Amino acid sequence: MLRRPFFWVIALVVAVFAAAPAIGNNVELRESLVLATVYITLATNLNVVLGYAGYVNFGSIVFFGLGGYLCVYLMGAPAWPLPVALFAAGAAVSLLALVFGLGILRLRGAYFALATIGVNEGVEAFVENFTPFGGSSGLYLPVTMFKPLGGPMAALWIVYFLLVAIMGASLYLSYAVKRSKFGLGLLAIGQNEDAAQVLGVPTRRYKALAYSLTAFLPALAGGLYFFKSAFIQPSDAFDLTFSTEAIVIIMLGGQGTVTGPALGAYLYEELRGWLLTSDTFSNFQLVIAGSLLLIIVLFLPGGLMGWLYGRWPRLRSLLE
Amino acid sequence: MSLFGIIASIIDGVLVGSVYGLAAMGLTLIWGVMDVVNLTHGSMIVAGMFALYLLTSVLGITPYATLLPVLVGGFLVGLALYWIAVHRMIGRAPLMSLLSTFSVNLVLIGLGTAVWGTVLFNVPVSFPGVTWQRYTFPGTHLLAAALTAVIAACLYVFLYRTRLGKAIRAVAGNRQAAELMGIPTTRVLALAFALGVALAGVSGMLIATLFPFTLLSGDAYQLKSFVVIVLGGLGNPTGALLGGIALGLLEGLVTPFIPVSWTLVIEFALFVTVLIAFPRGVFALRRS
Amino acid sequence: MTAILEVQEVGKSFGGVRAVDRLSFVIEEREILGLIGPNGAGKSTLFNLINGVFRPDAGRVRFCGADITGASPHRVARLGLARTHQIVQPLEAMTVLENCAVGACFGRENLPRARAQEAAREAAVFVGLEDRLDTPAAQLTIAGKKRLELARALAAQPLLLLLDEVLAGLNPTEVERMIGVIRRLRERGITILIIEHLMQAIMSLSDRIVVLNYGKRLAEGTPASVANDPQVIEAYLGDPALARELAGKTRA
Repeated sequence: MLRRPFFWVIALVVAVFAAAPAIGNNVELRESLVLATVYITLATNLNVVLGYAGYVNFGSIVFFGLGGYLCVYLMGAPAWPLPVALFAAGAAVSLLALVFGLGILRLRGAYFALATIGVNEGVEAFVENFTPFGGSSGLYLPVTMFKPLGGPMAALWIVYFLLVAIMGASLYLSYAVKRSKFGLGLLAIGQNEDAAQVLGVPTRRYKALAYSLTAFLPALAGGLYFFKSAFIQPSDAFDLTFSTEAIVIIMLGGQGTVTGPALGAYLYEELRGWLLTSDTFSNFQLVIAGSLLLIIVLFLPGGLMGWLYGRWPRLRSLLE
Repeated sequence: MSLFGIIASIIDGVLVGSVYGLAAMGLTLIWGVMDVVNLTHGSMIVAGMFALYLLTSVLGITPYATLLPVLVGGFLVGLALYWIAVHRMIGRAPLMSLLSTFSVNLVLIGLGTAVWGTVLFNVPVSFPGVTWQRYTFPGTHLLAAALTAVIAACLYVFLYRTRLGKAIRAVAGNRQAAELMGIPTTRVLALAFALGVALAGVSGMLIATLFPFTLLSGDAYQLKSFVVIVLGGLGNPTGALLGGIALGLLEGLVTPFIPVSWTLVIEFALFVTVLIAFPRGVFALRRS
Repeated sequence: MTAILEVQEVGKSFGGVRAVDRLSFVIEEREILGLIGPNGAGKSTLFNLINGVFRPDAGRVRFCGADITGASPHRVARLGLARTHQIVQPLEAMTVLENCAVGACFGRENLPRARAQEAAREAAVFVGLEDRLDTPAAQLTIAGKKRLELARALAAQPLLLLLDEVLAGLNPTEVERMIGVIRRLRERGITILIIEHLMQAIMSLSDRIVVLNYGKRLAEGTPASVANDPQVIEAYLGDPALARELAGKTRA
């Protein structure tokens, strides 16, 4: 494993993310990188289902949002400590994804995609009406929550490093899956599900497993993200824009490639930062994300990495 | 609530549901003919709503006179959409047409919110209602259902009695065979897509005569269309109309008892359950 | 001789049409059993019933003594029953080697990823795809895709192989090569059930032949006896002169 070049790529990315803001205690840089870690985590996990197994999930944000809700809820009234609440939230979301997955993954192609839109809308509508989660006004955490982590200042750094670690774990997971037998099965499903099954791939189990596995890390990221802001409400937790952006990022970087989502997330984040500071474009974020996606789908369906691998096939064997 | 009240609520639900059915007919027509899920459906419904608003408030046209311009405009927009986002996706992985129509939807909704924001719009339409016992059925609801029936009948005649309609059905049945029979499939696909979009636009216009709306209303109505077409069986316009009526009936049945905010949760649960339990639709007619 | 596959009274209807009608037959270990019959006789449906793509309405299928009636295709594959498709089903974006690795990983041996690579290479070389190992399956010719179907099935180290018209659409040279590959498979001890329309090929390859017509067994026996069976001639071969010619070409 240590001899694989990609392992060192991941290590380098994680090191840069961790060190860059820590040097000189640059809080502003850290806050801008928080969003990048979340983007990479969401896109990388979604890529396992979308890019490998070929199932478009329009509602991947559900995992992130539910993880956030469960974590904030458990830290609130039951007053569980952060690590316990976080892990419980992650495990619960994974389990829920497994149960959901066994159901809706019986659907193929477009039917599944429609169901995922429904899942997102349905879960958001449910949470808005669910009083323990504060309904549409959401849940707050008291500032004292940061005390066990050494006060708000230290806590924000710890949360950031954890988010970086989750991002690294996501990248490694997507890499390990791709090289594994499990990943081979998922890729086969993505190409031709019937043929895969005839070749012996246990398609239903693998799909549900992939769905559940890729729910865990986004749920942790959601828990940390909303712990950090000490506040969660349905419109933030289940913001479809996030799901959409994750798809744009994957397609931009290259669906089904390991490095693509990370590269796509970086480029998208740069583009977005540039657009947000521009007066003309700040209102047109969705328009630009949509146009970008349309251009990629029409003219560059393999994304940037797909294009690079097409030109230099050796690069693929080096990085994948 | 009295029994009469519940029955009145159900009848009203069916009236409104038929309009959902009309929207779903547009979606299911496209799906059936070219295996493309048109994710611009929601924004096309919204476009119909805003067309009604602009034509009545700016140009001062009577609400129901906008039906024809909306139909024609929707058709032209549909043709444009087909050539921009759909044509190149025919025959490629279903993922690609999902993403291309999804991205166009983003662009349209993004442009719309930049111009109009997400505030609530309301087009005042008055039409005499019908009173039964202590309950009055709004005239707008009755008229919307009647217009839906007329449009659905026209669509039926078009699909089953005209050459062009038969060509559409032939392409839906087997594109390759249709091509071998000399049917210009590309033009037929474009036509079917445009027709589907026009139906979405008209249904949006009719819905806007019933309820207030925002630029983001499309998502909820799109979800309703999905529920309707899984009830009715994919690619089956007649089933879609029945599915719409069934959904309206359900909404009418539950609204007296359950807060409105739960409707979406119930519809979603129904959607997934039906998808899993009856993948070919509840009202799907036996077809080979 | 022991039976490797027993098909007992299996039936399947589609919308009132009996595609396979209470059909029974047995395949002995290490034999090549040919399955012939006019188009629509139910041959491919029978394959789908055996490997679990369809669930039979009636009857039982036993493989190596185990009841596999209605078992899902991936379980059947795991037990050592592999098949090819009449219409090739390559995993298009994956290379020849990766295609075969899927077969090896999820086949009878249930190999880990690294060892599957070797088995995949060996299977690809066996069918003659050695210089196409890293080519995406989509770029193969039709003959290449047919061979890939066979290689993938082979990589699973099956006990029984179902071949569905692997010779269709090939030119005479390619047919010769494919027949050679099938002969060598038998030498490796793999039992084969083969559907084929090329009469000469199936007559020379098979030990025994089962003839299907309207989902029912019309005849069964050695290629020579089947080719001389008046019922078969009437239903399928049509021309007695042709049948005599074919009978002359069988190994019997």
